[in-house]
Amino acid sequence: MKFVVSLLLALHIAAPAAHASLRVFACEPEWAALAKEIGGDRVETVSATTPDQDAHYIQARPSLIAQVRRADLVFCTGADLEVGWLPVLLRQAGNGKVQPGQLGFLDASSAVKLLEAPTSVDRAQGDVHPFGNPHIQTDPRNIALVAAALAERLQKLDPINANSYAQRAVEFKARWSQALARWTEQTKPLKGVSIVTHHRSFIYLENWLGVEDAGNLEPKPGIEPTAGHLAELTEQVRAKKVQAIVRSSYHDARASEWLAGRTGVQAIVLPHTVGSVPEADTLEHMFDAIIARLLAAQAQARGRP
Amino acid sequence: MKRISFCGLAVAVQTLASAALAQGVSGNTFNPALSVILDGKYAHFSQDPAQYGVAGFLLSEEAGLPPQGLSLGESEVVASANVDDRFYGQITLALEASDAGTEIGVEEAFVQTTALPAGFILKFGRFFSDIGYLNSKHAHSWDFVDQPLVYKAMLGGQFGDDGAQARWVAPAELLVEVGAEAFRGAQFPAAGATHGGVGVWSAFAHVGGDSGAASSWRAGVAYLHADAAGRESIIANGDVATFTGGAKYWLADFVWKWAERGNPKTRHLIVQGEYLRRRETGEVVDVNVDYATTTFPPPFVAPEFSYRGEQSGFYLQSVYQFMPRWRLGVRFDRLSADNRGPSLGVITPLNEKHDPSRMTAMLDFANSEFSRLRLQWTQDKSQPRSDTQIIVQYLMSVGAHGAHQF
Repeated sequence: MKFVVSLLLALHIAAPAAHASLRVFACEPEWAALAKEIGGDRVETVSATTPDQDAHYIQARPSLIAQVRRADLVFCTGADLEVGWLPVLLRQAGNGKVQPGQLGFLDASSAVKLLEAPTSVDRAQGDVHPFGNPHIQTDPRNIALVAAALAERLQKLDPINANSYAQRAVEFKARWSQALARWTEQTKPLKGVSIVTHHRSFIYLENWLGVEDAGNLEPKPGIEPTAGHLAELTEQVRAKKVQAIVRSSYHDARASEWLAGRTGVQAIVLPHTVGSVPEADTLEHMFDAIIARLLAAQAQARGRP
Repeated sequence: MKRISFCGLAVAVQTLASAALAQGVSGNTFNPALSVILDGKYAHFSQDPAQYGVAGFLLSEEAGLPPQGLSLGESEVVASANVDDRFYGQITLALEASDAGTEIGVEEAFVQTTALPAGFILKFGRFFSDIGYLNSKHAHSWDFVDQPLVYKAMLGGQFGDDGAQARWVAPAELLVEVGAEAFRGAQFPAAGATHGGVGVWSAFAHVGGDSGAASSWRAGVAYLHADAAGRESIIANGDVATFTGGAKYWLADFVWKWAERGNPKTRHLIVQGEYLRRRETGEVVDVNVDYATTTFPPPFVAPEFSYRGEQSGFYLQSVYQFMPRWRLGVRFDRLSADNRGPSLGVITPLNEKHDPSRMTAMLDFANSEFSRLRLQWTQDKSQPRSDTQIIVQYLMSVGAHGAHQF
């Protein structure tokens, strides 16, 4: 009976919330948060993934098909990050407005310069992305670029509210520039520091801060850490004076904790998206949290003999 | 399935492959995404696989077992791309190597719309029907080496044919989709492309959603009607029996998936089951028997060939990924058939009084999402004599990163 009632409720053609005029389907929480920053209450956002999920490996779940069916804008990272599931959602949802090439489809990676575009593509190198590394959201300068592209797109999609989007985009840009100046100042001591990461998901952060990537727990992208590879990495961590072993909230903690135990270097979770750790509740706080955690790890490393 | 010459295909594959190479790392998206699935097995059966049958059911030639020992499975070549801003196209070719040579089957070749308004999707060409949960899934995405017994016995493994489909997705919180299909009727369980080449039609409805962040589900019902004219099956004594008549199918399916914190990379559980019911009415004839000169024990009365079968079955399976890359699965199958007709006395397996069942366990390991190694053990009681089957399988995909349905 309860099921029948919820089915009937679900079948009721859902009207958008009182003031929202656009429904944004974001593939990852950082883009849902950005859409909220620029769109305000003119947009209703959903995120296809949670911070606990690895956006490479998502199932094309029925609920996601239903969300894409009703979306006005599909806003994703692109660069093949969602290649294992987004194409299925787009094909199954029957929504012509949000297909690639339409106004209702925006990939964030098209607004930024991708790093690590491989010169040759061979799966023996792991799950490499032919267009380059897709984890662009950990460089705040990329966020600013994507925000501009998003604002432009929202104005085209919803001309009636164009002024609102334009104004919010200007405000966001000003706030972001200030924050960027603050972060640049705060992170000066991190320049030249070495870290190891679970997956190559923080290379844009490293590139921004001038932090050196001294290795990855995954022997190849997308291949789970193996005992042999971790043993090799132990030497590297000692030789390169690594100051933190970094993972995302969706990575299995065992590999980085094992390496931390062997080397005495602190294993930390850096938020890779909004909501990944409790204090990263907005995009701005996500970078605050990343920096605070890196500085804390550095302070602890200095305290070590 | 239609066969084309091996040479022609080789050229086609080569052209596609060189097109894919030519795109280089800049990813020229005008070229189709191309991938190749490699599949091979080692199989051990305690009974002779050539004598395989399912008591109470006339099988399609596709429903047999793989050969004993080492063998190559079906290699698949898949090419897909958006045709333009309104159409998407996909072709799946299956290359099957047997002792008789290499056969190429056009498993699927369809186009579908991407830009119709109001949630409508049309699909034309050759494709697997969307009835049931597993029917539209390609072999490489199955969780076991083989199909459930209900699919083998009643749908010839999986039902696909030349046809057209219309589907509508409701603008709702849950996934609600309904669809209807018409097919040529040249493939099992139909045959002979009756009714001027529209011998099969079907309708289906799916509902699905999430329950919390960690689990999701889908349930479906479907109906299929197939008309057959001279559908051939090899029966127990090696003769060929033909069926002419109609078959009505009712299907119900559900699947529930759970992943720890919604992340299927670590721990992941799938529970699924399907129920199929079929009524076949028509005539069954053993074409190797000269009915005029042979005398049969009663109740057989020549030339009365009428047959009516009420058949049903289900499978229930669960696959658990207990640590990254490793999965354990179990499956239980059961079928039953109530077949009546004066001519059944000479048609074994239709006259067999045995309820087929099967128990399967499998363990598989995926080094990456592109490679999988599998060990499967089956106690198969499809026939009164139980068969122990052990199969080791590899499944690898090279080329473009495929996207899989739920």
